[in-house]
Amino acid sequence: MKSWLTTTDHKRIGLLYFWTAFGFFLIGGTEALIIRAQLVRPAGIGVSAETFNQLFTMHGTTMIFLALMPLSAAFFNFIIPLQIGARDVAFPRLNAFSYWVFLLGGLLLNASFVAGPLFGADRLSVAPDAGWFAYANLTSRQFSVGPNVDFWLLGLQILGIASLAAGFNFIVTILNMRAPGMRMLRLPPFTWMTLVTQFLVITAFPVITVALVLLMFDRFFGTHFFVPSGGGDPILWQHLFWMFGHPEVYILILPAMGIVSEVLPTFSRKPLFGYTVVVYSGVVIAFLGWTVWAHHMFSTGLGPIADSVFAGTTMLIAIPTGVKIFNWIGTLWGGQLRFTTALLFAVGFIAMFIIGGLSGVSHAAAPADLQQTDTYYVVAHIHYVLFGGTMLGLFAGMYYWWPKMTGRMLSETLGRWHFWLTLIGMNLAFFPMHLSGLFGMPRRIYTYSAELGVTRFNQLSTVGALTIGIATLIFFWNLLSTRRRPINAPNNPWGGATLEWAMSSPPPVYNFTVIPTVANRLPLWQTERHAPMEPLPERPPAPIHVPGGSWWPMITALGMPVMAIGALSRLLPVVLVGAAVLIVGIYRWAYEPFET
Amino acid sequence: MPLLLAAVLVVLTACSGPFPQSALAPHSDFSLSLDHLFTNIFWWAVVVFLIVEALLLYAIGRYRARPGARAPKPVHGHTALEIGWTLAPALILVFIAVPTMRTIFETAGNAPEGALRVQVIGHQWWWEYRYPTLGIAATNELHVPVRTPVQLEMTSADVIHSFWVPRLAGKRDLIQGRTNRIEFRADSAGEYWGQCAEFCGASHANMRLRVVVQSDTAFQAWIDRQRAAPAAPAKGSPVEMGQRVFRRSACIGCHTVTGISQGKIGPELTHVGGRATIAGALFPNTTDMLHRWITNAPSLKPGVLMPPQALSAADLDAVVAYLQSLK
Amino acid sequence: MAHAHRTSMGLDSRKMAFWAFIGSECLLFGSLISTYLVYKGRSLVGPYPHEVLNIPFTSFSTFDLLMSSLAMVLALAAVQRGDMKQGKLWLLVTALLGMVFLGGQFWEFSHFVREGLGLTTNLFGSTFYVLTGTHGAHVTVGVIWLLTLWVQALRGKLGPGQALTVEITGLYWHFVDVVWIVIFTVVYLIQ
Repeated sequence: MKSWLTTTDHKRIGLLYFWTAFGFFLIGGTEALIIRAQLVRPAGIGVSAETFNQLFTMHGTTMIFLALMPLSAAFFNFIIPLQIGARDVAFPRLNAFSYWVFLLGGLLLNASFVAGPLFGADRLSVAPDAGWFAYANLTSRQFSVGPNVDFWLLGLQILGIASLAAGFNFIVTILNMRAPGMRMLRLPPFTWMTLVTQFLVITAFPVITVALVLLMFDRFFGTHFFVPSGGGDPILWQHLFWMFGHPEVYILILPAMGIVSEVLPTFSRKPLFGYTVVVYSGVVIAFLGWTVWAHHMFSTGLGPIADSVFAGTTMLIAIPTGVKIFNWIGTLWGGQLRFTTALLFAVGFIAMFIIGGLSGVSHAAAPADLQQTDTYYVVAHIHYVLFGGTMLGLFAGMYYWWPKMTGRMLSETLGRWHFWLTLIGMNLAFFPMHLSGLFGMPRRIYTYSAELGVTRFNQLSTVGALTIGIATLIFFWNLLSTRRRPINAPNNPWGGATLEWAMSSPPPVYNFTVIPTVANRLPLWQTERHAPMEPLPERPPAPIHVPGGSWWPMITALGMPVMAIGALSRLLPVVLVGAAVLIVGIYRWAYEPFET
Repeated sequence: MPLLLAAVLVVLTACSGPFPQSALAPHSDFSLSLDHLFTNIFWWAVVVFLIVEALLLYAIGRYRARPGARAPKPVHGHTALEIGWTLAPALILVFIAVPTMRTIFETAGNAPEGALRVQVIGHQWWWEYRYPTLGIAATNELHVPVRTPVQLEMTSADVIHSFWVPRLAGKRDLIQGRTNRIEFRADSAGEYWGQCAEFCGASHANMRLRVVVQSDTAFQAWIDRQRAAPAAPAKGSPVEMGQRVFRRSACIGCHTVTGISQGKIGPELTHVGGRATIAGALFPNTTDMLHRWITNAPSLKPGVLMPPQALSAADLDAVVAYLQSLK
Repeated sequence: MAHAHRTSMGLDSRKMAFWAFIGSECLLFGSLISTYLVYKGRSLVGPYPHEVLNIPFTSFSTFDLLMSSLAMVLALAAVQRGDMKQGKLWLLVTALLGMVFLGGQFWEFSHFVREGLGLTTNLFGSTFYVLTGTHGAHVTVGVIWLLTLWVQALRGKLGPGQALTVEITGLYWHFVDVVWIVIFTVVYLIQ
């Protein structure tokens, strides 16, 4: 147990991220199921408006910050050092710190569900309830009286620190710790997409941090940054939030695109088609992602010139995105396709993401968007790209890399059930939402009029959601039941081309007995110009120093939720204690002898 | 798979009745422009969808691994293809972008001379309308004349709301401290449904509205009724009793009835009897609903400021009769 | 501290991480400065900038911070050549000049408060104090960091082998100085 609390090994941290994130995914999924149960009929099933508003807020916040991002982080952690030929990340203790901060931030957010009595609320839950993007001025102290929004803004500030720290860590790791011969354009596409994603993280998260701090000042200290009566402009919140929020959606999708770019070549037995284009399109998407944010604000009255500019940039970004899809099809084309579950999910990604992408293009047309925005049409778009896209991509990664991470194979039979039920369930759940939106159902409503005629669509969505739930449970069973299997997965069960398949499954603690020298993009394959890399020696020629663990990342991390609790309870001494823990932790960490 | 589902959905839903809040049944110049633009994009999307999915399905069918087959050719890319499948989407986007920009400027909300101006003020969770050129006000049900340009000048008294009547207009937000404009010309008389489309708190789902598009004569008649002060009720009538109950109850603290009370917190009730709906277009304006609403509004509309009223049965009947008389 | 390993780009990993951090901080301060600019001229009530800002005084603060960057450069040069006597001196001078800057900020802010400009008085007060306060917090962290190094040097535990740490400290300090130049220009000089 102690070794897990003090671990600085990227592989263990990756597993910690995975299980924690998967747990939050199940929580977010439960929130979705309750939402869908309530919406199965117009008058609902008895979920109150207040509870419903908390549920959709927490569903969005949990899925984005506590499930999708950390599930991607599980793979950044486990796989990146292996793919680049390194023994660990650049800053192992900082890596552990990111994990603990994520866990604690997620716990703080979810603690709000039961913290009501501590705040004299008349209900158990004071969970955030202003939507996952918390528009001002609904979030002002005047209109959001309880601690709900405070939990949200403090929790997200803490989570932001986790993401930023990981961002710095992985940028340096990927740029600076590559094996000899691993030139940038020989990096696996997953590593490339991760690098691009981390640049987005370190530039976008400061912006939301500022927005959250300004909101915190409004709510705690009486400023008027977003309060009209004091001269503030609620629209400033939207600009700041979406300047973060749009890069955030690319942070969410690019890693999954990277996974797809790994899985398709392995199971087609041919290289990724258009590697350079796929890499550069990811970079272009990241840059363009900064130019489109106000397409979330088309109904706010930006004016026709701003509307036109953002409509234009949003359409532009469809081009590099589309290019990737064609390159993926090009990868499959002419290949020898083995339909493992990983490949099924990767193909599913392509099939579903194109739908989300096309509804995205319809959103780009600002006037048309005036009918679509804030309705179930955009809920459909979001879920096609984030579930049909990111989640299916992440599932592909799970089936692909599970043997490497645990030494055990997942059941392919259960995997097929998981895949088909998920594909059917998600289309049943989300396709009708295009229609319920176009027929007048706004989002974030706990009840709707029977006369709108959208009841039937809602029923289908609910059945679809339940199907996804069952599929997920099957997957969970798959994960759990393999723990009883012997750890006997081969080094390279799928015949992959990249370095993570060069050592045992799971890898030894030092990853590589000898750091290889890399000659091309596909080191483990026979290519036109290169034989496969020589197998790594069984044992390292000399003992390899592996750093021990450290308590200081976890202890330092603890300082922040303590400060947050102090803020929530308006107890300055508690804030100071938290700050002291943070400062002492940093000092002890800085002066701790730690050899990487 | 999605295509199959779409077909199933179309079949399942074909039996459904009219969709009163449909964005696909435009009845104004504004919503017609939006519908044209959407239709254009929709068909392009269908084309792209069919091409991509067909290529994908072909690839996964045709290139299944067959035992004993040769290793696939290690193709790394193809420059001409890359250029082609970059330019083709770009070209399609031009066909979408040009009508988009045109529609943006067409629907920017600038009304021609002679448009009827209506100010819309959003509250949690009801709508206030003022007609500055006509000197009247209204609540929740917006009356406009048919085939006449109408300009809505919208702001909020509290949080951000969004005015959305899909058949007549795209939505625009109501933001405190700003004025947003919608301009439209309805093409046929009728009652059009809408609701708030920006999450605005506990009863966001219950903030609904109606737009009543009327012929010029009917509209003028409505204006005249709105201008008129309520008639004095007949002595000894239930309506008169109800007026007395109203005057001595909490009602006057929040509601305005011309000549009787000046409360500014809740909607004006001077013409509540003439509306088809109550409580933010949430319920039909019936005797039963009025009873239930006055007795315990928060139980019907969570978070609403109007507290439950403890009136005797007789008083309640009387005040309902009074409200119904305020046409 | 970790040994320097061979790195793919030839740059020490800690230095590279710090440059990434500085890039991130540019977005942080950029957002705060943008907020200041968006709300410039939109205060509903006074005091207004021209009524309270004292350019001569703040110019002196700015000069003080610039001199502190010079001291930092001298400190690093000394540590790199192994002259720890000079190294300790210039580290302390940098920290002291930083403290003078902070003292000046406190004096200036209390003066503004006496003139009626509080955090919540108007948009100018809110944006000004949050922006300069965030910068001041960064200076404070820098001063603590410098004093920590100074104490470490007093204990004989800082030498040319730790030159990278001092260099990174210098990077941080110079960055904080540059941010101040931008704030000074945007808030004080361009009114």
